[in-house]
Amino acid sequence: MHTKEIVTLQSTYREDMKVKGFLFGKGDKAACIVGSFRGNEIQQMYICSRLVQALRDLENSGGICVGKQILVIPNVNPYSMNVGQKFFGMEESDINRMFPGNEKGETTSRIAAALFKEIADYSYGIQFSSFSIAGEFAPHVRMMKTGYQNTSLANLFGLPYVVVKKPAPIDTKTLNYNWQTEMTAAFLVYTNKTFEIDDKSARQAVAAVLRFLTRMGILRYESHSGYISHVIMEEDLTNVYTECAGIFKGLTELGEAVRYGQPLAQIMDPMEGSIRQMILAPTDGIVFFTHKEALVTQYDMVYRLIHRMHE
Amino acid sequence: MVIKLIEMELPVGEKLVVAKNRICSREDNGHLGRISIVSGIHGDELEGQYVCYEVARRIAENPMALQGIVDIYPAVNPIGVAMSHRNMPRLEMDMNRIFPGNSKGDMFERAAASVVEDLIGSDICIDIHASNIFVKEIPQVRLDEESADRLLPFAKLMNVDMIWVNASETVHEATLAYSMNVLGVPSMVVEMGQGSSISRAYGNQVVDGIFNLMYEMGLWTNTPPQAQMPVISSEGKVEIICSETDGLFLPCIGNSHYVKKGDTIGEIVDPWSGKRKQSVLAGKDGLVFTLRIYPVVYPGDLIARVVTDIT
Repeated sequence: MHTKEIVTLQSTYREDMKVKGFLFGKGDKAACIVGSFRGNEIQQMYICSRLVQALRDLENSGGICVGKQILVIPNVNPYSMNVGQKFFGMEESDINRMFPGNEKGETTSRIAAALFKEIADYSYGIQFSSFSIAGEFAPHVRMMKTGYQNTSLANLFGLPYVVVKKPAPIDTKTLNYNWQTEMTAAFLVYTNKTFEIDDKSARQAVAAVLRFLTRMGILRYESHSGYISHVIMEEDLTNVYTECAGIFKGLTELGEAVRYGQPLAQIMDPMEGSIRQMILAPTDGIVFFTHKEALVTQYDMVYRLIHRMHE
Repeated sequence: MVIKLIEMELPVGEKLVVAKNRICSREDNGHLGRISIVSGIHGDELEGQYVCYEVARRIAENPMALQGIVDIYPAVNPIGVAMSHRNMPRLEMDMNRIFPGNSKGDMFERAAASVVEDLIGSDICIDIHASNIFVKEIPQVRLDEESADRLLPFAKLMNVDMIWVNASETVHEATLAYSMNVLGVPSMVVEMGQGSSISRAYGNQVVDGIFNLMYEMGLWTNTPPQAQMPVISSEGKVEIICSETDGLFLPCIGNSHYVKKGDTIGEIVDPWSGKRKQSVLAGKDGLVFTLRIYPVVYPGDLIARVVTDIT
């Protein structure tokens, strides 16, 4: 293993921000794995750190195939993480909305450009990502529907689900979208946490990446075969919204199979303690996403169900 | 008359209310002309608050001069304005990236959809923005290239210093102005001043322009002050000048300043060593329409925009 500074940003009042990459093996640019872009994506950085450990052990035992290089970048935005801020800098700009970047552009665009220059020509690109809505997802591989997406390859991670998302205009500036348009086979891997560490799902994510790299002929590694993934179009998920606001008490867990009409959660009056709404499952299905905060507003999306799916 | 477009419950005994002020010359028989003035999509941009106030004040001063409907939406993101917070609270998302919204989605998608639905039927829509706290803008109308031909005659009436026709990025598709233009409501973006403050002079200039536009559309009978002829960017080019180093930016000119090629716009200095790190020079002759106000800079931070090659 050796390290490389991918991006360096100077500051008058802080130490320079250095985006560090860890390289394993030598040869073709086979796979690049990127962790956190946002200051709250601690789980995403943690998974990368576990991956660095695993790849170092594999490299020492000859587990990286000859002629293959792997790059892991655990954190693209340490400045924000160090001060508990989600987005970058004074203007709070999202680096993952700046791709492919511009080396003469604004600061985050320059960071994106420097990063993309280094990683654009890897064959496989994997990013540990988080969702804008606070809550927990079942672990899955997500990919944008760009016309270049390959769900068969996504299956090889062996995670329970592969979700295909139709990109919104804002998604065209993400790393995943731009990786795909540069012909990198790109995947987003979601685990259930963001700003806290969950070891179980981190282990699952590391195992999924090692499994994928093995199946792509980049690693020599014996692992469990994982799941045969269920491919879901994001628009086919059944979203469950609240009808009123208050204190949210979830009654169902992530991954649980629910039946039509089954109570999913209660919303309680925050002052009187009375039950304002019993949220019932609108369909049979599996809980794919669940709200986790104590409070909800009216029309918050609190569950996403995989419609008519059973355990 | 204040009309609520939508109200939705927040967790603890409060509602998020999106509303407008409708000022009508006489009973609306369905055939009156209508101008809509929108502000407060970004909660920290307050220049539009003064415009809303001043438009309502001038109409109240001369109610008989009004020959139609003026709809004023001071705070499309009301809690953002109340908190001086750019994005939508809780979601930390830019509201101007979710239009046209979704009437069956979450709270913020519904808020956006309610505004769009209400704006349909307007003869023209003006969406007023300010800059952030980092740079100051002269009063300008911004048009995307696709709608420029149709909107330029309206924009010229707005008494602004400049009209910036810029190439539409894909991300612009989710803005209010773009969405309304697609839906057949001619819509312009006005940008001026800086974030978290109000320039009464800029506000009065734009309000004069709004009454000039209303006069030309037959919505206002009093003769307004003659509008100035703006510089139009499509007749020249826009030069974007970013910092090439970190440090403190000290401007040498004011905003709305004509510069010659090689003129010093400002300098970036190092407070530790007492040395000048960069002289920021104009690359061409032109009008400085954006100038950095906030001194601390990173490499890539926006220093100035200059419209060049103007005759």
